[in-house]
Amino acid sequence: MSELFHVSSNPHVRANHTTGKIMGMVLIALLPASIFGVINFGVRALGIIVISVATCVLTEYIYEYLMHKKITIFDYSAAVTGLLLALNLPASVPWWIPVIGGIFAILVVKQLFGGLGQNFMNPALAARCFLLISFTGRMTSFTYDGITGATPLALLKNGESVDVLKMFLGTTGGTIGETSALAILIGAAFLLWNRVIDLRIPGTYIVTFAIFALLFGGHGFDLSYLAAQLCGGGLMLGAFFMATDYVTSPITKRGQLVYGCILGIMTGVFRIFGSSAEGVSYAIIFSNLLVPLIERVTIPKPFGKGGEKF
Amino acid sequence: MERFTFRGGIHPYDGKELSKDKPIRTVLPKGDLAYLLSQHIGAPAVPIVEKGDRVLVGQKIAEAGGFVSSPVHASVSGTVKGIEPRLTVTGTMCNAIIVENDGKYESVDFPKHKPLEELTGPEIVQIIKEAGIVGMGGAGFPTHVKLSPKEPEKIDYIIANCAECEPYLTSDYRRMMEDPDKVVAGMRVILKIFPQAKGIIAVEDNKKDAAEALRKQVKEQDNIEVMQLKTKYPQGAERQLIYATTGRAINSSMLPADARCIVDNCETVFSIYRAVYEGRPVMHRIVTVTGNAIAQPQNFCVCTGSNYHDLIDEAGGFKENPAKVVSGGPMMGFALYNLDVPTTKTSSALLCLTKDEVAEYEPSACINCGKCVEVCPGRVLPARLADFAERHDEEMFVKYNGMECCECGCCSFICPAKRHLTQSIKSMRKIILGKRKKK
Repeated sequence: MSELFHVSSNPHVRANHTTGKIMGMVLIALLPASIFGVINFGVRALGIIVISVATCVLTEYIYEYLMHKKITIFDYSAAVTGLLLALNLPASVPWWIPVIGGIFAILVVKQLFGGLGQNFMNPALAARCFLLISFTGRMTSFTYDGITGATPLALLKNGESVDVLKMFLGTTGGTIGETSALAILIGAAFLLWNRVIDLRIPGTYIVTFAIFALLFGGHGFDLSYLAAQLCGGGLMLGAFFMATDYVTSPITKRGQLVYGCILGIMTGVFRIFGSSAEGVSYAIIFSNLLVPLIERVTIPKPFGKGGEKF
Repeated sequence: MERFTFRGGIHPYDGKELSKDKPIRTVLPKGDLAYLLSQHIGAPAVPIVEKGDRVLVGQKIAEAGGFVSSPVHASVSGTVKGIEPRLTVTGTMCNAIIVENDGKYESVDFPKHKPLEELTGPEIVQIIKEAGIVGMGGAGFPTHVKLSPKEPEKIDYIIANCAECEPYLTSDYRRMMEDPDKVVAGMRVILKIFPQAKGIIAVEDNKKDAAEALRKQVKEQDNIEVMQLKTKYPQGAERQLIYATTGRAINSSMLPADARCIVDNCETVFSIYRAVYEGRPVMHRIVTVTGNAIAQPQNFCVCTGSNYHDLIDEAGGFKENPAKVVSGGPMMGFALYNLDVPTTKTSSALLCLTKDEVAEYEPSACINCGKCVEVCPGRVLPARLADFAERHDEEMFVKYNGMECCECGCCSFICPAKRHLTQSIKSMRKIILGKRKKK
């Protein structure tokens, strides 16, 4: 016997999905929101998206090249980060904002902590918060139809009336990708259908937030207020696309429910009791920090452990 | 139709269509036969023949080496050439009795046992022990030990594991299709030992025709039910099977008897029939030779001790160079680097894959997607356990219930980052179990 065959530990077959395919699906799912953003805010939004994605991918490539690491840009995770970052920026920001944000997201938040799978908070949101703190004026000035004004959520906070239908469709001011709840839900449905995400996190998040808003919003049982709260700001985008980020959410099923509840409560606290009208980004990155703790207390009970005796 | 199942599990490509319609064909061995002394879990068998002895078909050539052990019988007539180490499917070496086949197939007179109605439980267990019957689904646990629980009157269910959830395998399916009467009769024998128990023949619902064939054999007075289970891997894993059929969940440190169940594989039940009704010990078994690299995938009735090489030749050889040859199914089987390995009582298949899917993908970083948690039938956290295993953190590994893993391979199968989760967890478990044994 001279011929030798390959050996390896079992199993000898593999499912055909890969990290790249999953990230690719997230990119596809973000297309409706992106396209709507470009229609809503004009070609300038497209420029921001391109710059942001390009910066993230390039940063990842250059860092990995210089550090003699395996180039991982083809798993599309950097592209997802870039796109999410762009969707979280106002279309009116200068070109260097997405560049700084992209570099911060990939270099500081992702690569310095060990690359894909090791970052402890969502890179796109961390970059957004970094930009919000550093360039508050530019990051909070929203221009829509040539007029610079407050977002519907800010109007709502000041007690003014808002058009809920417009907020659902997205023809309002805001960041590039957050305005249209409809476009986001179409993308989310695609991810749910393909089982890339499930409803545990977004479901508990939205439900908890809704209950919180009804209890503490000061509007009693006012459904149009509730609908405006749900469609406004980054809630939909955050709940379906950023809270569900695999790396920064708990791996345990019960943990995901706990995480969703915490997100809902934090968002409610920030939006209703905070000084700003918006609270999703901060709620998510704070909750990201709690993930290791949540996991530790929600280790599942293994099959047959502690069950009844027969 | 009832469809029972468990939580978790996967749906791999099943590949059974390659060989499911090929009737069982008996193949005669070529060259010398090698009877491994460890074809079962427990103490190796002790040879009772010497070099130069002439042996006959069905003659006992090695005696059980203890209670948890099993005798070995010759499947051909010929001369003992010696006792030499041979390669096993797991890559280790094991002593084997080498017999030169004289091609005459002269047989011993098989004992005539009393009719079933007159046999007592202990007598049946003794027949099963003498016939060298072990768990033929792959584990090889001696059947007479399983059938001797501490409190036999407490057993509620006898479950015949006919799930055959491993992809590609069709040996149990062929047995059910061709000998449904004998499988059911084997079940009746076990129920004779446990008269108060109920018999369940558990078949996955991708084998409806086999379930139907079995159902036809079940008579009204029989306390036997043919149960159709949802097709999902690992439906045939003992603990998952007990849960799917009875709703009782046991953990890794419990035995089926703790759930008042006894589980035996389809081929084992058939062997029990043979031993009791025909007096024949385990000398043959069905081996599915399949995979895309094989010219004519088939189901063979093989003499134990014959060489895997011969089976490839019988199946028309390779039509394509195999990338990987696996003894057993693709999920839990052992990859062979060399085909010069003897078949045993537990060889269910020889799978020749044209693609080595494991080597095709390089493992990348875990993205924490949780797919492994979703599919894990043991409900542990494979991604975390593999991390602990790679860092050699025994304490955390045990704390996160690493010892509850059944090594079914679902996590590695599903992982989009193609990490070798099962492999890492398996090695860590081996180390910890080894240390516990020493204590």
